Amino acid sequence: MAEVEINDKVVRKEDKPQLIVDGKRLDGRGFEELRPIKMEAGILKRADGSCYLEMGRNKVVAAVYGPREVHPRHLQDPSKAVIRYRYNMAPFSVEERKRPGPDRRSVEISKVSREAYEPIIMKELFPRSGIDIFVEVLQADAGTRTACLNAATVALVDAGIPMKGLISSVAVAKVEGVLVLDPMKEEDNFGEADVPFAFVIRNGKIESIALLQMDGRMSVEEMKKATEMAKKGAMQIYELQRETIMKKYSKEDVD
Amino acid sequence: MGEEILMDIKKDYILSKLKDGERIDGRKLDEIRPIDIQTDIIPKAEGSALVKLGNTQVIVGVKMQPGEPFPDAPDRGIIITNAELVPLASPTFEPGPPDESSIELARIVDRGIRESEAVDLSKLCIEEGEKVWIIFIDIHALDDDGNLMDASALAAISALLNTTVPAENFSIGDNFPLPVRDLPVAITSLLADGRYIIDPSRDEMSIGHKLLTITTDKNDNIVAMQKSGSYILKEEKFYELIDVSVRKARELRELLKNI
Repeated sequence: MAEVEINDKVVRKEDKPQLIVDGKRLDGRGFEELRPIKMEAGILKRADGSCYLEMGRNKVVAAVYGPREVHPRHLQDPSKAVIRYRYNMAPFSVEERKRPGPDRRSVEISKVSREAYEPIIMKELFPRSGIDIFVEVLQADAGTRTACLNAATVALVDAGIPMKGLISSVAVAKVEGVLVLDPMKEEDNFGEADVPFAFVIRNGKIESIALLQMDGRMSVEEMKKATEMAKKGAMQIYELQRETIMKKYSKEDVD
Repeated sequence: MGEEILMDIKKDYILSKLKDGERIDGRKLDEIRPIDIQTDIIPKAEGSALVKLGNTQVIVGVKMQPGEPFPDAPDRGIIITNAELVPLASPTFEPGPPDESSIELARIVDRGIRESEAVDLSKLCIEEGEKVWIIFIDIHALDDDGNLMDASALAAISALLNTTVPAENFSIGDNFPLPVRDLPVAITSLLADGRYIIDPSRDEMSIGHKLLTITTDKNDNIVAMQKSGSYILKEEKFYELIDVSVRKARELRELLKNI
């Protein structure tokens, strides 16, 4: 057995800091407040579409290549484009150096992220071709998969890939018994539950869920509350994604 | 090729029955196939279980050995979950390193056990910072007739319930039963045409790989979820599936109480 499940969630209880003080979180945020987000589209010259995104201390880059020829050839689909999504963490992105290359966690994240985009990308328009989405985590601070999905959406639009909607993604955690939006590292490590969501947004409205995972422990009621909280957060991210794309295109107009 | 055409015909049949709220094997939409759990079938393993879920069969074997703890949890045992989709179990499985579906399967089973804190890992410390018990949960699919997910999760917790910590083999005192304190149960639903069916069979999977797995603990809390497959999920459906998963998990948990 070459690969093993890394016990990355277990932390010493005695190291746990007080995560919520006077109704505020460690970084001063309220429960339903996102971390500061920064996005820029079109930052890579060679890629067909790209986006740099910061979500709190997360720093990620997304690039989209395609539609282009698929290699190896046997992966081609004569009726539609093949979507590939590769989530990768840089070795220096975390406290302790991460061994380069895909581990089991990255393989799983890549799978569920690809599955989030597959139904919204209009694949039928590009038979035999491939659309590759590459996301690189340069610095990780909890919520990297959501940050990457948000960046990938902007990169896909930047690449001009036709889509039925946009994806905006955010997680909700349960920390010291309360639900918090967009958990940072400490809240993810010491929290009781973590639920990453991604939503499909069409015509400015949340239409459905594109990605859904969960670990931890939550009652059914809390889960419903968490979903509502995530929807509000996703709408704010969606507005930022739109602005980022508009900014890129208005810049091009000036030339 | 022949099989693909058959699959297409079956797919239409399954979908047309589903419109009338029926399934091809006569089950109700939320009915789980008959379950048979046999434990202790591999005496050389510290714990084992064979689960039959209809025609789907999975063996889980648990092996344990002392090893070094993770630096961030010096006084807690370790769980390592691995799944092998061996070619014997399905014409579509190929030999080779674990692909994304076996990794996903192992990780969903692992999350259910880990997050429900089913195993009391604090009781598996041998020497703080030096030596703790490592639990290897190996999922071995034998026959994939659909929903390996729930069968594997059930087999894993059954095998853990059946596990004896082999302390004597390593001269670390007396053997003792593995401290298991919760019964996580995974329920997988297949979505199609605005409806859902619980515990999809292989044939039913031909209508689309649109799955949602929800694992709950003995207090009906949600401990793990995974949306799997290329589809988008309506929020109302999500809530509906939470409720049905809690209800069906209670039924399966009764079976575990007899182990």
